[in-house]
Amino acid sequence: MVENRPLADFITHLVLVLGVVAIALPIWITFVAASHDEIRMAQAPLPLWPGDQLWVNLKQTLFGEGLSGTETAPVWLMLFNSLFMALMISLGKIGISLLSAFAIVYFKFPFRMACFWMIFITLMLPVEVRILPTFEVVANLGMLNSYWGLSIPLIASATATFMFRQVFLTVPDEMLESARIDGAGPMRFFWDILLPLSRTNIAALFVILFIFGWNQYLWPLLITTDTSMTTIVMSIKQMLEAAEQSPQWNIIMMTALLAMIPPIFVVISMQKLFVQGLTETDK
Amino acid sequence: MADITLTDLTKSYGPTEVLHHIEGDINDGEFIVIVGPSGCGKSTLLRMVAGLETVTSGEIQIGGKRVNELEPSARDIAMVFQNYALYPHMSVRENMAYGLKIRKLSKDEINRRVEEAADILEIRQYLDRKPRQLSGGQRQRVAMGRAIVRDPQVFLFDEPLSNLDAKLRVQMRLEIRKLQQRLGVTSIYVTHDQVEAMTLGDRLMVLNGGYVEQFGTPIELYDRPASVFVAGFIGSPAMNLIPSQASGGAISLPGGAQVNSATDANGDVLLGLRPEHLTPDENGPVSIDVEMVEQLGANTLLHGTLSGTNHEMVASVAGHDAAASGTQRRFSISPDLVHLFDPQTEKRLNP
Repeated sequence: MVENRPLADFITHLVLVLGVVAIALPIWITFVAASHDEIRMAQAPLPLWPGDQLWVNLKQTLFGEGLSGTETAPVWLMLFNSLFMALMISLGKIGISLLSAFAIVYFKFPFRMACFWMIFITLMLPVEVRILPTFEVVANLGMLNSYWGLSIPLIASATATFMFRQVFLTVPDEMLESARIDGAGPMRFFWDILLPLSRTNIAALFVILFIFGWNQYLWPLLITTDTSMTTIVMSIKQMLEAAEQSPQWNIIMMTALLAMIPPIFVVISMQKLFVQGLTETDK
Repeated sequence: MADITLTDLTKSYGPTEVLHHIEGDINDGEFIVIVGPSGCGKSTLLRMVAGLETVTSGEIQIGGKRVNELEPSARDIAMVFQNYALYPHMSVRENMAYGLKIRKLSKDEINRRVEEAADILEIRQYLDRKPRQLSGGQRQRVAMGRAIVRDPQVFLFDEPLSNLDAKLRVQMRLEIRKLQQRLGVTSIYVTHDQVEAMTLGDRLMVLNGGYVEQFGTPIELYDRPASVFVAGFIGSPAMNLIPSQASGGAISLPGGAQVNSATDANGDVLLGLRPEHLTPDENGPVSIDVEMVEQLGANTLLHGTLSGTNHEMVASVAGHDAAASGTQRRFSISPDLVHLFDPQTEKRLNP
């Protein structure tokens, strides 16, 4: 819209600025808190400007004992756990849903649509709903306190299968026919033609699923008892209640800051592909 | 190089039969055009030869070998699609090389073939571009290049020019013809455009409703259409068809006019007169009340009705005749240019 209406401009900008402030202020406070020492954070009023303890806190959080007086894992390990789990979940989801969408769109087999709807129905069964039976299964398979246990129950994805199905349906039939005349078998067609054609969709989905995996809270909390398997998101909450002492805000806030970095990195680095993947329809 | 034989070929989708007992012998190096209105089954027939559709009954032979059960890639064919079906993420070179790469040819051989084809089609400077950076005509060339590099026994074209603008279409039409003559590869070309069909084909197969109406050279089809459908389909403007009475070579048109034909048919007939065969003649038997004139420059089309009746007629006369509108014009016609059809079976009556 090319209009010249100063009042409307002012109001839209005001709304935008308020929105930015509402999002950015808590992050700013987190950052400020992460840059003071423990004693300053226990005093009122809370500081609004950064202090000089950022590096000290960073070192202590990442490689030190973390919170004093507890037995939590060092934060670098939690970061690694979270990263590994998020990558396994997102890559696993993408791999499985690509293959199942490929089967549903390009192969004729009995009960094809029934299979599709069965996959689709799992949308109604997120992990929170099936948490007890899933826990039972994972426990019986001996996957408690393991990366497999963290990721496998979350790895099937109806949403992603559905999305890839829609993407594959937009690929013209001639593409498949042309590949058949060229002599490409089904898997060859999948690797050489379908995967490159869905590149942007894969990227967009990866961003969403990575954040989904990274933010998992309930499931890791349930199946990891070993502190060496804790993920960073669940540990932030635990830190608040850790040991019978007042919370060490500087360390907790530093941990929170660190927990935000990987998702931000993923979003920013894949932003271009992400937007293309969600908007581009031309095949 | 190979000949193709279609024997009693039938295609059904469920209970619906869409192609009925197609027979055809295609000689080595021949350019065959399958032509017909949309929905007549011409693309299905082509796709059956390609192996993209299964054969319900009958047999397809390529080079004397039954191919019904063979995968498309094993039939030694190449196909050019209407929307080109180029792989959008591959460069022109990769597009052309893909089939060869799968057949595990050596890198040198692939490069040699791709560059040779690129030279033939004059697309060498585009080899490293992506299809989306090319114009429609260039994409069409790449699609043909992809067919050429495979060095197949048969080329199959599925309406390859219908996405191009009129001028480019004429140009590409000539190029396809020249290319086919140069390479001498047996080709089957599907189109709904009768001009394309007439100019390209050594022989034309006219399909209508899943039946072969006629299979012959363009001139045979024009001079001696085997049925009313072919008569109306081939030639532009379409042939005038008038229900008439015949008795021993004399044909009586409604409205009283009489023309002679070289046959001795009797009874009800459908008389076919090509607009361009009506010769202006002040004493001619056929009289037209002209209502509208289309001036095409080289010739003029006179649209009107057969005098004294409501039968629409078109005549094509050489040169300019702007003043014809609203007047009555008379024409004569040579007896051997008169076509007669049976009104029931719609088959040709005169030899």
